[in-house]
Amino acid sequence: MSMDRRKFMRVSGLAALGLAGGASRDLLAQETPPDTTRAPLTGSRWALVVDLRKCMAAGDCTDCSQACHRTHNVPEFDNPKDEIKWIWKESFEHVFEEQEHEFLEEALKHVKTPVLCNHCDNPPCVRVCPTQATWKREQDGIVMMDWHRCIGCRYCVLACPYGSRSFNWRDPRPFIKEIKPDFPTRSRGVVEKCTFCEERLARGLQPSCVEACKERALIFGDLEDPDSEVRRLLKERFTIRRKPGLGTQPEVYYMV
Amino acid sequence: MYDGGKVILGLVVFLVLLAAPIFYNLASGEAQHVPELEKAARGDQCVRDSTYMTGNHMDLLNEWRDQVVREGERFETGPDGATYERSLSNTCLSCHVNKAEFCDRCHDYLGVQPYCWDCHIVPEETQP
Ligand code: HEC
Ligand code: HEC
Ligand code: HEC
Repeated sequence: MSMDRRKFMRVSGLAALGLAGGASRDLLAQETPPDTTRAPLTGSRWALVVDLRKCMAAGDCTDCSQACHRTHNVPEFDNPKDEIKWIWKESFEHVFEEQEHEFLEEALKHVKTPVLCNHCDNPPCVRVCPTQATWKREQDGIVMMDWHRCIGCRYCVLACPYGSRSFNWRDPRPFIKEIKPDFPTRSRGVVEKCTFCEERLARGLQPSCVEACKERALIFGDLEDPDSEVRRLLKERFTIRRKPGLGTQPEVYYMV
Repeated sequence: MYDGGKVILGLVVFLVLLAAPIFYNLASGEAQHVPELEKAARGDQCVRDSTYMTGNHMDLLNEWRDQVVREGERFETGPDGATYERSLSNTCLSCHVNKAEFCDRCHDYLGVQPYCWDCHIVPEETQP
């Protein structure tokens, strides 16, 4: 058999490519058992305490919402009408309209306050959902979302007094900077919101906003556990909740 | 009957033309064509019996979805004793790595179009 040099190079190049392809596939296919090493975090009544003084010190920091939105493949739209938000910041004046007055402490007035789903004890969004796509979890009080059942009627968006729910007016996929493969995106026509990182609690991890906050301004814990940090903070410090008059009983508390 | 012969001949020609695609498929072997499916990249067992999976994987997926989302039960022990995360993208596609030549090839053949991938992510399509 005779083979000129060019042909030899071609054949050996192809063979090398083939080998490399095969090898990389074997690597990809290697067994990675699910990480069940950490016990799931369980509680009976999850709550979040926000230390606004620490938030104030951090100024325009958005670590919490960036981490959350990255973790859950939340898209970023230019047009505020399309916006999808799980946790974000607003001025104190807006967040606590009924506590605001003309001569409010200057620093407090302008503090960028993190807001998210309040995981209310008495959630109005759940009451209006016609498909039980949103419901309050018996075991720990998380107001859950089942994106498979959401028909996009947006009753919950109207019922929520805190604006914690966003509707996907457009296909979110093209507006996600970097798609994280282990959490599904949503599609056009469904509502979404924070779930207190239920999928992370099940893997023994703190919510991603709490983990991301370098100031430790967000403290997450179980209110039914008398020794928990959240219980201690609520006992020792003065805290307020959003729109208490509505009777929704929010589970997000703000230390001012 | 006027022109009986011609009418019958016409009918025969019409029927032959009508049935031609069927005969053509039979003759060319196209009718017996079954798509070739890519083998699973790892494991020699599916998460359930393989014949059960062929017919009932959609029910299993619905079961997993409800267990995870509604009950919060994320893990299970498979027939091979290993722990599986009940996850469409993270588990099914970790063995059936080539969705296009496994799931899609069979679904295309049967004309099924699951809408799951509007949200669930196929590992290689992580770049927008
Ligand atoms: C509107 C978006 C959307 C669609 C469409 C959708 N899912 Fe999901 N699915 C989700 C989200 C979000 C989760 C929650 C993931 C979590 O908590 O880890 C989920 C979770 C799941 C889970 C459990 C966790 C996991 O990682 O897989 C299964 C199983 C599942 N879905 C199956 C399906 C199947 C089967 C279909 C199609 C028939 C489908 N889903 C369509 C958004 C969607
Ligand atoms: C541990 C690896 C593994 C996992 C995880 C796995 N499979 Fe399989 N699956 C296999 C193997 C091995 C077969 C046997 C046929 C083969 O070799 O491809 C198979 C067979 C099947 C078949 C039948 C194919 C046919 O020829 O009729 C279907 C359908 C299927 N799997 C779907 C799924 C779905 C859906 C999931 C997730 C719920 C899943 N598999 C998870 C390894 C796996
Ligand atoms: C051997 C052929 C075959 C293979 C391989 C296969 N499917 Fe299917 N799939 C079907 C059939 C048949 C249906 C049922 C269609 C129906 O009931 O109308 C179906 C339906 C589904 C459905 C429900 C769709 C709906 O609209 O309700 C989902 C989800 C699904 N398959 C996921 C998968 C995934 C994921 C894989 C790859 C891991 C896969 N299938 C591989 C044959 C297959």
